[in-house]
Amino acid sequence: MEEAVTKPTKKGGGRLCCICNQRRAALKRPKTLEQICRECFYEVFEEEIHQVIVDNQLFKPGERIAIGASGGKDSTVLACVLAELNRRHNYGLDLFLLSVDEGITGYRDDSLETVKRNEVQYGLPLKIVSYKDLYGWTMDEIVKMIGLKNNCTFCGVFRRQALDRGASLLKVDKVATGHNADDIAETVLLNILRGDIARLSRCTSIVTGEDGPIPRCKPFKYTYEKEIMFTYAYFKRLDYFSTECIYSPNAYRGFAREFIKDLERIRPRAILDIIKSGEDFRISTSTKMPEQGTCERCGYISSQKWCKACVLLEGLNRGLPKMGIGRSSRGLNNDPKKDKDIKQSNGTKSIENKQCGSLDF
Amino acid sequence: MQLTLEFGGGLELLCESVKIHKVNVDPPNGTEKFIMKDLLSWVRTNLIKERPEMFMKEDSVRPGVLVLVNDCDWELSGQLDTTLEDKDVVVFISTLHGG
Repeated sequence: MEEAVTKPTKKGGGRLCCICNQRRAALKRPKTLEQICRECFYEVFEEEIHQVIVDNQLFKPGERIAIGASGGKDSTVLACVLAELNRRHNYGLDLFLLSVDEGITGYRDDSLETVKRNEVQYGLPLKIVSYKDLYGWTMDEIVKMIGLKNNCTFCGVFRRQALDRGASLLKVDKVATGHNADDIAETVLLNILRGDIARLSRCTSIVTGEDGPIPRCKPFKYTYEKEIMFTYAYFKRLDYFSTECIYSPNAYRGFAREFIKDLERIRPRAILDIIKSGEDFRISTSTKMPEQGTCERCGYISSQKWCKACVLLEGLNRGLPKMGIGRSSRGLNNDPKKDKDIKQSNGTKSIENKQCGSLDF
Repeated sequence: MQLTLEFGGGLELLCESVKIHKVNVDPPNGTEKFIMKDLLSWVRTNLIKERPEMFMKEDSVRPGVLVLVNDCDWELSGQLDTTLEDKDVVVFISTLHGG
């Protein structure tokens, strides 16, 4: 990178930062279209996130907070920013890194190495919970048994619970995840495309699961992916690992993602506007929403007799891995009345159709 | 002229998992300038070994790929029309591989 240092004014026509008016602009902010230098960008980037945290009262002094850490760019930048803001603004938080090991050789084992380096870099204690320990199965073993067709259903359902279980082991008050504005816009679209009213109404909430075991929050809700990428890529040269899950082509979400990026290129505000649209949806009062209860087997929140993870596990352990997948699968939850309710509200269908769960809300 | 190209965020997987490439390129016949547009087609022909659609869409990078020229957002330097010079550093990072 020394080349860049030796000739700093060549590109950009010497345009100056619109904030400090002194240094050369290095980034066009998608949110505001401002041209801004690195130093000013970094400052507004962190202060905007601080403002989101304050305005939405995401944290209280003395709380224990787990950062859901995948080793990817979003959670890596989140860990870095939260550690910094916690110091600078005296949040008084005890921060932890929490990772889920799905047991995918060549994918998760590599990214977990990144998380372990983050543990040292930011001085945050790390807890890793594995599918193997929690459920007795790794994703590699599950794929060996069920093939590549519905494996993302298992992974998504298991990951959501795993994060909660890890959080309760750490005795944290809340889990912060790295979901960014692009992710949320994408999820709004996907939930519309799937007719998933229950998820549509909660996917834009900055805090979710307040009625569940451990609430989750999204400090990057209004943060563009481009800016997270920029922060990582370049200002701090953050340690970051990226590769696609080897088991997940994830076509459906991929289309939504690409569509969002196409829109962003034409009109960057589109991302925030989609989030706004999602927030402002009014669900008609006659729409039947799934009732929230608890799983009779493991006690986890569930709208059915057994939670999805228990249904899937039962299938795996009985050698009937299709159990819990698709329409013919309601063997364990076949209370006909409830089944009908759920059908009306699309409560179960959406889980079946959901592809990779790395972005679950 | 010599350029340093850096691929990240999964794009390196399209060029045999090599992240940093030092390359020599020349302006197309009959022109003096070498611009980003020329570089993209050069990269597509010479470096990308698989799934070029992950890198390019039409004649530009795929939306969601961040491009930095000498550490500066290419949206500030004219995107495809950005003129490149000897020893420039161009970074491509995909945001499309998840977080």
